[in-house]
Amino acid sequence: MRGRPLLHVDYESEQSLFPTMAQKVILTIGALLALSIPVGVVPGLKFLASPGWLQILVIALIFMVGAAGLNIVTGMAGQVSLGHAFFMGVGAYTAAAVSGHPTEALWGLELPMWLGAIAGGLVAAILGIVIAPTAVRVRGLYLAIVTLGLVFIGQHVFRNWNQVSGIPELGREWGPFQLALWDIDGPALDLSTDGEWFGVFLPHEGKAFIFMLVVAGLFLLLSKNLARTRIGRAFAAIRDRDVAAEIMGVHEAKAKTQAFAISSFYAGVAGALYATFLGFLPPEQWNLFLSVQFIAIILIGGAGTTIGVVLGTLFVQLLPRLVENFTGFLEEQIVGETWLAPLADLIIKTGEGDFGILSLAAQGPGLSIFQANTILYGLLIAAFLIFEPLGLYGIWLRIRNYWKGWPFTY
Amino acid sequence: MTPFGALLAQASSLDTFLTKLIDGLALGSIYAILALGFVIIFKSTQVLSFAHGAIAAVGAYLVAYFVTIANWPGRYFEGLPHTLRFIISALVAVLAASVVGMLIERIFIRPMIGQPLFSIAMITIGIDIILRTFIDDLLGQGGNVDLGSPWGILSLSNVGGIIIPHVFLAAIVTVVIVVVALVLFFRTRIGVAMRATAFDQEAAMAQGISAGRIFALAWALGAVLAAIGGIFASISPRGFGVTGGTAFFALRAFPAIIIGGLDSIMGAVVGGFVIGVSEILIGHYLAGASGTLGLGFTGLIPYLLMLAFLLVRPYGLFGTEEIRRV
Repeated sequence: MRGRPLLHVDYESEQSLFPTMAQKVILTIGALLALSIPVGVVPGLKFLASPGWLQILVIALIFMVGAAGLNIVTGMAGQVSLGHAFFMGVGAYTAAAVSGHPTEALWGLELPMWLGAIAGGLVAAILGIVIAPTAVRVRGLYLAIVTLGLVFIGQHVFRNWNQVSGIPELGREWGPFQLALWDIDGPALDLSTDGEWFGVFLPHEGKAFIFMLVVAGLFLLLSKNLARTRIGRAFAAIRDRDVAAEIMGVHEAKAKTQAFAISSFYAGVAGALYATFLGFLPPEQWNLFLSVQFIAIILIGGAGTTIGVVLGTLFVQLLPRLVENFTGFLEEQIVGETWLAPLADLIIKTGEGDFGILSLAAQGPGLSIFQANTILYGLLIAAFLIFEPLGLYGIWLRIRNYWKGWPFTY
Repeated sequence: MTPFGALLAQASSLDTFLTKLIDGLALGSIYAILALGFVIIFKSTQVLSFAHGAIAAVGAYLVAYFVTIANWPGRYFEGLPHTLRFIISALVAVLAASVVGMLIERIFIRPMIGQPLFSIAMITIGIDIILRTFIDDLLGQGGNVDLGSPWGILSLSNVGGIIIPHVFLAAIVTVVIVVVALVLFFRTRIGVAMRATAFDQEAAMAQGISAGRIFALAWALGAVLAAIGGIFASISPRGFGVTGGTAFFALRAFPAIIIGGLDSIMGAVVGGFVIGVSEILIGHYLAGASGTLGLGFTGLIPYLLMLAFLLVRPYGLFGTEEIRRV
């Protein structure tokens, strides 16, 4: 069957996770490249081995888990959810209560991180099951508004339940980012100190990166696998036409409940890992903007596809750093007075009264880097929806189809 | 304690109730105006605009800019009374907001006609982020700009024990004017065209109605209503000038349209008043429990009411029930 990847002669090959040899090869090479990042041996990827970049990549991997969760409920099952930040918050605070360090004002059981993450996922999943009946009762845009309300209700609870979430606008500390089976002081996998693994020196971000690579890979694989199971096919049927699905014998309420439960589990785990990795977060973290970020990831990547989740997360998470580097580059042009200097001077604002869209200062007139990023998110969401509704995945499809017939047009 | 609160502390329980009722009606009228904007846009273009809050903030910011920062009408007309200056600024700001609304429609929404409703709603989220960031940037970190409204904190009447701040009256009068104007507008030639387009777009186009123009008009109208709502939402005691939170205030009108029904003009007004009155009254009578319920729990009342309503009537009080068929 070589050269005809779409020709299937048995069900097994059609249903396999990675149907073509090319996909298997690309996946293996990609995984090996990703594993080599913290070591910094591959030319071209060496700059990623710095702790700053590794930190961004670890957060991107954690977001991938969360985005895979939103992809299940919104991409696969077609239920619009703006409440993802709420479920992440639930997971994070469950993890805080399970693995955090207790003080007079704070709850914490000081159990290992993996217990916290799983507990976070489970509690979020239970809340997802509680919310799911509304998704059966209301549809489409009504559901979007309900889940929007969920974020505000969650924010209120997080801000006021101080034993769990700490001081408003300041927050609390989570447990250590360590893989210990039971005893925190003697971790099985030491992730929070720099050290050697198999004779290679790694910063602790590098260790966390490898750990998260395995975890995110597992979650992504599970979500990709879900799409071809009985449950996943029920989701697709509900998404495409819920009444038709019901007539075919898909239990609508059950399928939607499963979608919300699985999605919330992913969100809970992602929230727990995110908070534990960063170590200290204010209760205001779990706001509408976080939900929108996840929606952006899915839409930019391509809704309903696992590769879209990966591409979208990398794009959205690396974008701020790229904007930062771009501004830095422009600043260098001005300082160095190169031929690009007049153009750069038009774009960035160097001082009081200077014209420019971007500002190097965090405050005052002129968009700061954070604000420029936020505006870019907004523009990208709109632009992708208008020009390429399938997202980055759609762009990839177009490139692939172009080369399929090359050098002939079709 | 504000003068309003000090007076209230001495009032009898019936007077307190009536005072709070008027407070609630005033808040309800702001919600009603915002909800009307949502509904008009949704009914004519099938778009649920999440950018509504941002447009409201733009309107409020423009008023603040004209009156407080630039002193724009006052600069040219020295002797102009303050109230008139404010009203002129508000009118100009509202017109500017309508232009913003039309631009959004032309640039972002028009290319999306025929796409899934959810995709268009997501685009409006993108627009909301963009507008809100610009407003945040203009305001500065955690900053706020006072609108310089003619209704100060001391501008109130005491009618037989019932305390009525004038800004409340202004809000209620404005919503009455807006509703009457809308009712009259929907009887004009353009208004009928708009209703026809909302009812059946293709049939309306067959009659020679330009659907594109109707869409632009709907967004302009929606933006005007959003801006009016935003202005009142930023005047004390509702808000202390334009802040980053002004846009989120408008999102609290979502429950109003859910309770009234997404596609009902009447529902928007009723829903707005239901939310406003219950928020104030519940907030007042449960004020003692704020220790357990948490600070600022009144802001949650709209959402909780919405959840309760949805379980009983998923399509709101006046909304049309969706007929599901394959």
